[in-house]
Amino acid sequence: MGGEGMGWRGCEPVLLHKIIAFDELKTDYKNPIDQCNTLNPLVLPEYLIHAFFCVMFLCAAEWLTLGLNMPLLAYHIWRYMSRPVMSGPGLYDPTTIMNADILAYCQKEGWCKLAFYLLSFFYYLYGMIYVLVSS
Amino acid sequence: MSAPAGLPPRPAGAVAAYPGGPGGSREAAAPQGAAPRCQNGPVQSQMQFPSGYGSHPPNYSAPSGHYSQVPSKAVSSHLDNQYRASYQSPYYSAPAQNVMTPPVGTNVLNTRESQQFYNSSTPPHTVGLTEGPAQGAIPSGSYVYTSAQQSYSAFGDHYNTSVSSSVASQGFPLNSDHYAMPVVSSAMYPNVSYPPAATSSMYGQAFTSQSLPAAGQFKETNTFSSQSTSVPHSLQQHVPVGYNSTLSTISSAQSFQDNLSKSLTGSVAKVNNQVNRGGIDSSQPVHSVSQNVQLTKPGFGAPASSALISSVRTPAPGLSSQPRSSPSITQSPDSALQEALDSSSTTSSASPVLNNYDALEGGGYPETRSVTNSPVPTPPAPQTSKTSKPFGYGYPALQPAYQNTAPPTPVQATNPSHHPGFQHYPQQYPGVNQLSSSLGGLSLQHSQQPEGLRPVNLTQDRNILPVSSVPAPVPNLNSDLRKLNCSPDSFRCTLTNIPQTQALLNKAKLPLGLLLHPFRDLTQLPVITSSTIVRCRSCRTYINPFVSFIDQRRWKCNLCYRVNDVPEEFMYNPLTRSYGEPHKRPEVQNSTVEFIASSDYMLRPPQPAVYLFVLDVSHNAVDAGYLTIVCNSLLENLDKLPGDSRTRIGFITFDSTVQFYNLQEGLSQPQMLIVSDIDDIFLPTPDGLLVNLHESKELIKDLLNALPNMFTNTRETHSALGSALQAAFKLMSPTGGRISVFQTQLPSLGAGLLHSREDPNQRSSTKVVQHLGPATDFYKKLALDCSGQQTAVDLFLLSSQYSDLASLACMSKYSAGCIYYYPSFHHSHNPAQAEKLQKDLKRYLTRKIGFEAVMRIRCTKGLSIHTFHGNFFVRSTDLLSLANVNPDAGFAVQMSIEESLTDTSLACFQTALLYTSSKGERRIRVHTLCLPVVNSLADVYAGADVQAVVCLLANMAVDRSVSSSLPDARDALVNAVVDSLSAYMSTASNLQQSMLIAPNSLKLFPLYVLALLKQKAFRTGTSTRLDDRVYAMCQIKSQPLVHLMKMIHPNLYRIDKLIDESTIHVNDRVVPQPPLQKLSAEKLTREGAFLMDCGSNFYIWIGKNCDNNFIKDVLGYPNYASIPQRMTQLPEIDALSSERTRSFISWLRDNRPLSPVLQVIKDENPAKTDFFQHLIEDRTEAAFSYYEFLLHIQQQICK
Repeated sequence: MGGEGMGWRGCEPVLLHKIIAFDELKTDYKNPIDQCNTLNPLVLPEYLIHAFFCVMFLCAAEWLTLGLNMPLLAYHIWRYMSRPVMSGPGLYDPTTIMNADILAYCQKEGWCKLAFYLLSFFYYLYGMIYVLVSS
Repeated sequence: MSAPAGLPPRPAGAVAAYPGGPGGSREAAAPQGAAPRCQNGPVQSQMQFPSGYGSHPPNYSAPSGHYSQVPSKAVSSHLDNQYRASYQSPYYSAPAQNVMTPPVGTNVLNTRESQQFYNSSTPPHTVGLTEGPAQGAIPSGSYVYTSAQQSYSAFGDHYNTSVSSSVASQGFPLNSDHYAMPVVSSAMYPNVSYPPAATSSMYGQAFTSQSLPAAGQFKETNTFSSQSTSVPHSLQQHVPVGYNSTLSTISSAQSFQDNLSKSLTGSVAKVNNQVNRGGIDSSQPVHSVSQNVQLTKPGFGAPASSALISSVRTPAPGLSSQPRSSPSITQSPDSALQEALDSSSTTSSASPVLNNYDALEGGGYPETRSVTNSPVPTPPAPQTSKTSKPFGYGYPALQPAYQNTAPPTPVQATNPSHHPGFQHYPQQYPGVNQLSSSLGGLSLQHSQQPEGLRPVNLTQDRNILPVSSVPAPVPNLNSDLRKLNCSPDSFRCTLTNIPQTQALLNKAKLPLGLLLHPFRDLTQLPVITSSTIVRCRSCRTYINPFVSFIDQRRWKCNLCYRVNDVPEEFMYNPLTRSYGEPHKRPEVQNSTVEFIASSDYMLRPPQPAVYLFVLDVSHNAVDAGYLTIVCNSLLENLDKLPGDSRTRIGFITFDSTVQFYNLQEGLSQPQMLIVSDIDDIFLPTPDGLLVNLHESKELIKDLLNALPNMFTNTRETHSALGSALQAAFKLMSPTGGRISVFQTQLPSLGAGLLHSREDPNQRSSTKVVQHLGPATDFYKKLALDCSGQQTAVDLFLLSSQYSDLASLACMSKYSAGCIYYYPSFHHSHNPAQAEKLQKDLKRYLTRKIGFEAVMRIRCTKGLSIHTFHGNFFVRSTDLLSLANVNPDAGFAVQMSIEESLTDTSLACFQTALLYTSSKGERRIRVHTLCLPVVNSLADVYAGADVQAVVCLLANMAVDRSVSSSLPDARDALVNAVVDSLSAYMSTASNLQQSMLIAPNSLKLFPLYVLALLKQKAFRTGTSTRLDDRVYAMCQIKSQPLVHLMKMIHPNLYRIDKLIDESTIHVNDRVVPQPPLQKLSAEKLTREGAFLMDCGSNFYIWIGKNCDNNFIKDVLGYPNYASIPQRMTQLPEIDALSSERTRSFISWLRDNRPLSPVLQVIKDENPAKTDFFQHLIEDRTEAAFSYYEFLLHIQQQICK
């Protein structure tokens, strides 16, 4: 579990970048096409990293941790299945992203996930130290 | 400006960028309590100044001190320039943003700030935004402010000591020395006052010299100008006449930009030097201003900027002896300006602006209504002759019937003089018992309960349709504001009383939004040529009739409440030729104006009109025979295509290969180049595919004559549409323009190929309708690429089978194009469609067009834009990128209230549409709408505009059906009615719950929603082809309100007794005005003949027992039996009833751009179903009748 805790940090920069990007969109700094082009390639890696950790938890038989992560994994799968029609990877469609509802949703999603990742990071850190100390 | 962000830099380089417009921020707005209330501006009496807005920056006193010393000097606008410079830099860090502004001096100063800002990394795409938001530029502003002041004082000293001399201190005089040549040329000043004049023109500001030119000195001036003409002449030799202004500006700006960018690293002094080195360049800005005015004679006299001239005139208004270098009055810039502005106020048909504008724009939709009869959109107030009939202005959307003196109905007879309450009477019926209530409605203006709130019992009151078309409600403003307000034809809000808070809006359960028709063909439009366009420095709002003037020198923005300075130039009113009346300027007297934009509003030189036609020539297409119609229409209208001498045109045809046509001038005949490698499409030759229309006209005509017969024997059934579009995009991307695609089948080859997704058995399913969204994002991506290159794709789909319009439409939706669909088109089997294509094409080819456009919608602080509807690409929260804009495009905007509007009594909305006209001019069309803010639910209902509400709901329902499902959208529509009516009934406590009561303003709401549910787009249960449905959805999204309403709820008239009807006179024609009939079969008597106006179609239904006289006189057949099945035209018969019918039909036609196709329907006609499906009040096997629907709603409410 220890090593995973460190590797976990992979998701956070991605997410932080996303949140900033949506904020930029909202405040008019950036063209939605460019923004989506920079964001879309990051979506799959984030999901894959998360899925990878879930698999690792499964292998390590960390049932509690796995249980905590399953809802997010399910959400990711659902989110990716219901994405708009697009040929490349990614979620965000430049033609709809400027809709106030969608933009607000994306921003909120970003913040929630960031909070989740941060909390779980500290939880894993705690787990790692606990394991190191007790062994 | 325009280029949507993210495109690669233009050939011209990112030449300048953001309007160097005013916009910097002062550290202003330190809360100082309420500002002095202004009496001269059009403020409504209850207007409260929110504290914190109305204050003035303390520093302001410094400049105003100078006002007293130098009475008529434009300190303020001088400062403006400083701010302008500083404003753009943080936000739009284009290299040398300000370069194109005439004020050269500003640039010099500016560089200091720019230098700073260049270090900060602002993303470059935002450069393109013309109308940027402006909050937050404060830190830089403070810095600039001080510097501006310094420079000002230096400048002031200089002025006081007058004349020449050293003053190298701040670097200004250096400028004036070096710019001496061009400036003198532009000024009519004698030598004495020369330095001030020079400086002033450099600043592009109005500058009043105290020393007026003495008559003896004119000669000198002339010599100067003749000297200086050499400069502009030499520069302009290569520039086509009529276009020179912009081009030369750009070129100069470009080189000037180089100078500036070089100098960025250096000190200010260095900058000066560099600027000086580019002496010729720097003379250009001055020159360019004059060019705006004087289009025909490039090199003449090098006249001053209009600003300069107007200020010269001001001290002595009768300065008719002002030297003019040209004998011809129209060539003289100031008189041209004068004319342009003067005429903007004239309301007569002889308005020079009208002609001027038409001449400039060309190809406009010919308004056949005479101007005197047609409503005047926004005539200026100062005309005293007009004040006697004030309500004609406030209500320009009225049908001519209401403007006319001949009263058509008894009710109107009671009210011939346009009483304020007249908006209510058309909703009344001439029945005796209702007459009294209608008369009561006339005085309701003053009574407690407004007419809009009068409860109507829907289940009992069956006759709710008005006599004539439903008028737009008039906002409850005082009469001054009302007559200044924007025409509801261009700009409508769903709630004419804006709720104060989002909570109140939620309670009302009505959507808040705007319905826009911004590029509508206007008969009268004030065009303003002015070197400075006055805008709010913080929110960039254009000055409009609803700003308030705090005093002569300051105005307060009505959207953000910032106090701005009135530029000196603006003090002069060219209409009255008087000075010191800024509130009488045309910008402040008209809520719809058009500015001729300076080069600040360009990212690149204005593009020429470029048209590319992409034609399907597969077997299917040849069989349908559309090519002949298209080619003939093009041949006919080749000369009427909007454009100038640079207009370019090209053709691509495709089947399983893509064929290009080399039309290079000099070839003996058009050359066809076939590219069969459709997977990797390329352009076979670098040039010759898009050719100048005038140079290669003969070749183009040859090609158009040959095209219809070239493919007659083709056996190719495949269609490689995707590749053809890619090729078209490659061809267009250097310039931008319009691609017209004609497609007749499902694309079956190469990129973007589609498969049939429609299951014919599901056509009448009541459950899920699938495939309303695109199957691939190929077309969307292509559209976004096109939009980025300022290219719009218009789609003409002429197919007999399913062609997946849902996917194909994306190419137009996101590139701001338009979509035409002709189901089961065949040139001989379906003559109605062929005729329609012909008429649509005529309009399409000749209508006005705006290129590389952007539209921004601003609204009062506290309101924000939620969603846009229409064909465009949304580039930022309030900015739409429109590669092309056409006069038939409508837009809808959903709004939300973010902060409560408690501190204001008025809410304003402003749309600014910046576009390049087909003549290569940058223009800005500005509409401003002002509405009252209310805090009670009853007032919100009283001001509901039911047509706008329904149109906005329709737009939202389309989105819902694509993103969710059709039944969802239908439920949402029904719920909208249920929720709003139940919310209303719960507010009105004294109503019995057993009845279905609606406020008078919403009494048509259930009817319209029922009509929507039976519309092709949303109906279920009735067999509807998927493409038809998708097309109806596309139309809902992109049609302006007037046309959309006809589509949703057609007008039905009885026309066999037109002789007896009341009439109006339009253009010396007598037009009968039959009353509207309910859309129900119960109204169709066998003895009658009925006309249904569905917007794009006219149906004439003839009853079996119709009077033979009518059939003989109007249709030209002896009896009912002999009327042919297919009849699409009424013969011209010399009988009164025939004449009346035809004049009525042509009157209906005149009111719309697309000429509808007329179909005469007998009982056995196959088109009968089309006709009867529009009778929406009747029950069908799949849907409620109107009465049932009401009961259903009542049930839902009671639940």
